[in-house]
Amino acid sequence: MGGTSEKTINLKLKIWKQNGPDDKGHFIEHEAKSVSTDMSFLEMMDVVNEDLVKAGKSPVEFDHDCREGICGACSMVINGNPHGPDTATTTCQLHMRRFQDGQTVVIEPFRARAFPVVRDLVVDRSAFDRIIQAGGFISVNTGNAQDANALPVPKVDADEAFASAACIGCGACVAVCKNASANLFVSAKITHLGLVPQGQAERDERARNMVQQMDQEGFGACTNTGACSAACPKEISLENIAQMNKDFLKASLKDRS
Amino acid sequence: MSNGTLNSNCPAGDIQSRWDNHKFSMKLVNPANKRKHSVIVVGTGLAGASASASMAELGYKVKAFTILDSPRRSHSIAAQGGINAAKNYPNDGDSIYRLFYDTVKGGDFRARESNVYRLAQISNNIIDQCVAQGVPFARDYGGLLANRSFGGAQVSRTFYARGQTGQQLLIGAYSALSRQVGLGKVDLHTRKEMLDLVVVNGKARGIITRDVTTGKIERHLADAVCLATGGYGNVYFLSTNAMNCNVTASWRAHKKGAYFANPCFTQIHPTCIPRSGDYQSKLTLMSESLRNDGRVWVPKEKGDHRRPNDIPEEERDYYLERIYPSFGNLVPRDVASRQAKFRVDEGRGVGPTGEAVYLDFLSAIKRDGEKAISEKYGNLFQMYEKITDENPYKVPMRIYPAVHYTMGGLWVDYNLQSNLPGLHVLGEANFSDHGANRLGASALMQGLADGYFVIPYTIGNYIASNTIEDVTVDHEAFKEAESTVRHRLDKIVAMNGSTTVDEIHRELGNIMWNHVGMSRTASGLKEAIEKIQTLREKFWVDGKIVGEANYKNAEVEKAGRVADFLELGELMAMDALTREESCGGHFREEHQTPENEAKRDDENFTHVAAWESTADNGGNKIEWQRHKEELDFEYVQPTQRSYK
Ligand SMILES: Cc1cc2nc3c(=O)[nH]c(=O)nc-3n(C[C@H](O)[C@H](O)[C@H](O)COP(=O)(O)OP(=O)(O)OC[C@H]3O[C@@H](n4cnc5c(N)ncnc54)[C@H](O)[C@@H]3O)c2cc1C
Ligand code: FES
Repeated sequence: MGGTSEKTINLKLKIWKQNGPDDKGHFIEHEAKSVSTDMSFLEMMDVVNEDLVKAGKSPVEFDHDCREGICGACSMVINGNPHGPDTATTTCQLHMRRFQDGQTVVIEPFRARAFPVVRDLVVDRSAFDRIIQAGGFISVNTGNAQDANALPVPKVDADEAFASAACIGCGACVAVCKNASANLFVSAKITHLGLVPQGQAERDERARNMVQQMDQEGFGACTNTGACSAACPKEISLENIAQMNKDFLKASLKDRS
Repeated sequence: MSNGTLNSNCPAGDIQSRWDNHKFSMKLVNPANKRKHSVIVVGTGLAGASASASMAELGYKVKAFTILDSPRRSHSIAAQGGINAAKNYPNDGDSIYRLFYDTVKGGDFRARESNVYRLAQISNNIIDQCVAQGVPFARDYGGLLANRSFGGAQVSRTFYARGQTGQQLLIGAYSALSRQVGLGKVDLHTRKEMLDLVVVNGKARGIITRDVTTGKIERHLADAVCLATGGYGNVYFLSTNAMNCNVTASWRAHKKGAYFANPCFTQIHPTCIPRSGDYQSKLTLMSESLRNDGRVWVPKEKGDHRRPNDIPEEERDYYLERIYPSFGNLVPRDVASRQAKFRVDEGRGVGPTGEAVYLDFLSAIKRDGEKAISEKYGNLFQMYEKITDENPYKVPMRIYPAVHYTMGGLWVDYNLQSNLPGLHVLGEANFSDHGANRLGASALMQGLADGYFVIPYTIGNYIASNTIEDVTVDHEAFKEAESTVRHRLDKIVAMNGSTTVDEIHRELGNIMWNHVGMSRTASGLKEAIEKIQTLREKFWVDGKIVGEANYKNAEVEKAGRVADFLELGELMAMDALTREESCGGHFREEHQTPENEAKRDDENFTHVAAWESTADNGGNKIEWQRHKEELDFEYVQPTQRSYK
């Protein structure tokens, strides 16, 4: 039980430190003592950093903001798993009761060619933004909209569109993939916008432009192993990738004709 | 402003046609000329992203800034419950007038009628726009949009996308913004923090930023500046706000002359997961919708440490149902929060810290079945269990109020322009439309109203009716602002004491929570002011920073923000001290009815307090002058709110 059954554990941390994209980087070791099992993983990291600062050492940089599993800022590979051992859970929602007393915990950044390290555990995921800029939208200027209920959308489509739109853009799919493919991320957006009537006009162009940008950013090809969906904190389904492949194929055929 | 009274520049005439008439009377910028004009937008949450996209669509050259690595991460993403609009799709009696009326009343008669009416009018366009962008709102089986009642509203006017409405709306605004970035119309700067406002001959003309990854300081020039930098709830250290939320952009503008309005108006949300230990970094909101089915109670006896399920029915006090028989568990946020605090102060709080009350779903589960409850609240129950390791289907939730939203902010007129010409403020960052208390699902509405439908008009009027001087970033004002920023960063990096930035921030949070929180007294507020001044001194003398400012160093970023919070906190206490009444979220113990309800003083306080920063000797002494904007209520007559 929370609070009332609070326990503490000791952990051996091996944390990645890297001064910048060109630095080689190395692990530092840190003993985390008396870690409350009610803490979140990032709160544990806060305490580590506070200890480091007090000791005059440089704290570990990591990205985070909402700490509620929705902004997609937090990342980290924990003991080999992006966002740690729990399914459907971001690092910020992971709690220390998932760890054993005396356990060694290895903490690394999301690694991918398209995600260069900024510092320590912080990586540059702006490639995702550029893919969205290439086509992840519906072109409707402010003021151009008709009444919201003018176009009914079948509930199943709306629900499926929501399921794809629930992607938080964290990049765990890329980090877990052997080829560092961005297929799950890109396909979730293509599927979301392809399921609503407003998204039809640009459907082909969207698929072409987003896929082209994805390739330019240096993401690899899909391995078809499904590791991405398994690592996804929002459980974005592999069906999105199948849908993207269909849309892309259709768009390319049309393009040639 | 010689008489100390501010002019809201609200148009005259009957309230229904004010905005239309105003739009007609505003000057326009010729389409071919728009691309010669530039606007800086700081912040890419709902307000900033929608503003940047809409102005770029019109043809303005826009430069947008965010501290985060992507606009999509902005704090707006975390909003759960929904967004209001007066569509009246359910045919249950809603109207623009009713949304207007509810918002003015809910704000305890401390908001501007003209603004609120415009907000209610625009609310419908927002829903249309979002749907056109592909926002997957909840729908019913006929494929039409679903609505729910939220926050005690008596009509169903809230549109939602499961418990992730903010996420879906922000993704919509972010995609509109991204489209403009792709088209080369918006120059997007991520991971850049605005550290000062540049004022050239009385007009806001630019900003100084720091690239948080490299430490590089840059000057940015434009014809006008918009701040959409969010709220300042993190002054309390613990709040439901995201970790990077801060007041720095607003505060730097305030130090450059912009008035700060009603800083003491903060919203404390009644249903959050209580804190569990000293390491706690933030608090998690449990959506207000839970109060539709959950019953709030504490034990009748003080210090009853039995497990909740062992406490028999007759020994429980369902205090909201007891005190407010007609609204029961659905009383507004400020009332529910205050009552929880009263119970805890009486020694009847529950849980390991004694700072919590129960929110119990057992009778709802008995009535509707576990399945029905899980369909409504499944994701919230799961989140609760993840954090607390307790199963709310079996054991009542423990909840406690937490700081959630700030109604105060930079003062703006009807055009969203601050008293500093050229400086516009949107979204939670302005003091806006919510008066002394914001209704649920109205912040998303306001942020998007400001960004999509107000600023695109009023910015044109500003540009068309002012001469924009031809200057460059080499102007003296830029040099001066940059050197102030550099000087401050040097001072921060040189801090080599023994107290970490977080320790100071936590201490500030305690002072604010205890004295400028849910319930305030003159003596407590005076004590807070003294304690904050002492703490501010300690920060600069004994604060500790490791490393430099020329690479990604979160300690340096946090230090700058905490330094500003240490000044804002004092102003909040001062504002609370001078507002000798209780209204909405501002509760002064000296001013209450015999039933412990907030007692307004309409005769003396029907005004906005707008604070001008008058002196700062660079050290500990800061001075302010209080100005007033009188509020008129022509349509909704001020009454004592009653939820009995
Ligand atoms: C947990 C939670 C749930 C909520 N639920 C609801 C709800 O259901 N309905 C509702 O209506 N409201 C809700 N709210 C309130 C609502 O979400 C916010 O008020 C609103 O989203 C604020 O939007 P904004 O655009 O003004 O600011 P934000 O979304 O906070 O964006 C601020 C932006 O400014 C940037 N920024 C800040 N300072 C600087 C700087 N110095 N330099 C550069 N960039 C800067 C940030 O990086 C960010 O991009 C909720 C709030 C919380 C905390
Ligand atoms: S910090 Fe936002 S998802 Fe983890």
